[in-house]
Amino acid sequence: MLPEEMRLDGNAAGGALRELFARDVTAGLATCGGCGGARPVGALLDYGTPLGVVLRCPDCDHVMLRLTQVGGWLRVDLSGIAILALPNVPAS
Amino acid sequence: MSEPRPAVPGGPAPLAWRVATVRGVSPASAHARTLVLDVPAWPGHRAGQHVDVRLVAEDGYQAQRSYSIASAPEDTGVSLTVERLDDGEVSPYLTDVLRPGDGLEVRGPIGGYFAWDVVAGGPLLLVGGGSGVVPLLAMLRHRAHAGAAARARVPARLIYSARTLEAVIDRADIERLEGATEVDVVLTLTRETGMEWTGRRGRVDRGLLAEAGWPPSAAPRAFVCGPTPFVEAVATMLVELGHEPRHVRTERFGPTG
Ligand SMILES: Cc1cc2nc3c(=O)[nH]c(=O)nc-3n(C[C@H](O)[C@H](O)[C@H](O)COP(=O)(O)OP(=O)(O)OC[C@H]3O[C@@H](n4cnc5c(N)ncnc54)[C@H](O)[C@@H]3O)c2cc1C
Ligand SMILES: [Zn+2]
Repeated sequence: MLPEEMRLDGNAAGGALRELFARDVTAGLATCGGCGGARPVGALLDYGTPLGVVLRCPDCDHVMLRLTQVGGWLRVDLSGIAILALPNVPAS
Repeated sequence: MSEPRPAVPGGPAPLAWRVATVRGVSPASAHARTLVLDVPAWPGHRAGQHVDVRLVAEDGYQAQRSYSIASAPEDTGVSLTVERLDDGEVSPYLTDVLRPGDGLEVRGPIGGYFAWDVVAGGPLLLVGGGSGVVPLLAMLRHRAHAGAAARARVPARLIYSARTLEAVIDRADIERLEGATEVDVVLTLTRETGMEWTGRRGRVDRGLLAEAGWPPSAAPRAFVCGPTPFVEAVATMLVELGHEPRHVRTERFGPTG
């Protein structure tokens, strides 16, 4: 099976991201550090596993976010997101 | 397991894993089953949201998957409708092993992007493939709870692609929603060989979306859900037909669904 057929999206990452941000971020807008396009986090592509998140830009494939949970640590690399804008009312 | 944190209605909080109790199980199709869960301190949900489910083996091995909430926010209990994948790791446990009274670890509700409320308006164009119809049915069930006047302001259409007639999830309830709450339903079967099915066959294509969806000028809110290749093909066709990309929301279930 091709990786494109296996991939999920930012919706599936919502639970793991909530561990970090303590609120829903799937409805937030993320600006890609690679191409400058802005997309809802829910619409980003997720090549992770249920226990780790790798969000890529659907336009340019740039890795925007990596989140792992190992040995009691949450580790996040947000360097691929230029701006994360969240609705100022918690959405869930 | 950590103590469930108290729910802060509408307020920010990390999600706790909670042990839900299976209150009931019922068949949803030949391959799918609905689990009704009682979740302690459940804060309520929006139609379209999901939960994460975690199974932990005795040796500590964990498997985690997401399942959409099938029930409307107005319904009691939290229902999940799970389709069995014969070679799957998690779904056969949920469809074949769990019994009423059993516990199940869940966290949720999750998601704010693939969620819809009557106040968000419409028209509502729902396109589902396989078990991807589950969150779309939650939206229609939520809409059914609104008054007739509110429903009239939000016309709704469901385009649902299933493999066979016996694989159609909640067929009787879809017919009820169609008859009692003015939903236009188009069902298409991709692998049905039986002659008793006289309806539409084949995949969702551009012609079907143009004919059964609204024109872009009606600015429908589209929600597309199902197996990843299905979702990507349908979303691309909707945008090619002229729908605003920001009005086409997607949720990928992965290789199957
Ligand atoms: C947000 C969200 C909501 C969802 N809601 C629902 C829902 O309401 N109802 C529902 O039934 N499902 C839903 N799903 C899908 C669900 O999460 C599971 O993916 C599904 O139940 C299959 O899980 P499994 O463990 O049984 O199968 P898995 O063990 O994950 O296997 C899935 C399939 O992929 C194949 N596969 C696995 N790994 C590989 C590989 N490396 N290469 C090739 N093939 C492989 C397997 O053979 C199998 O056919 C949802 C998914 C998401 C992301
Ligand atoms: Zn990009």
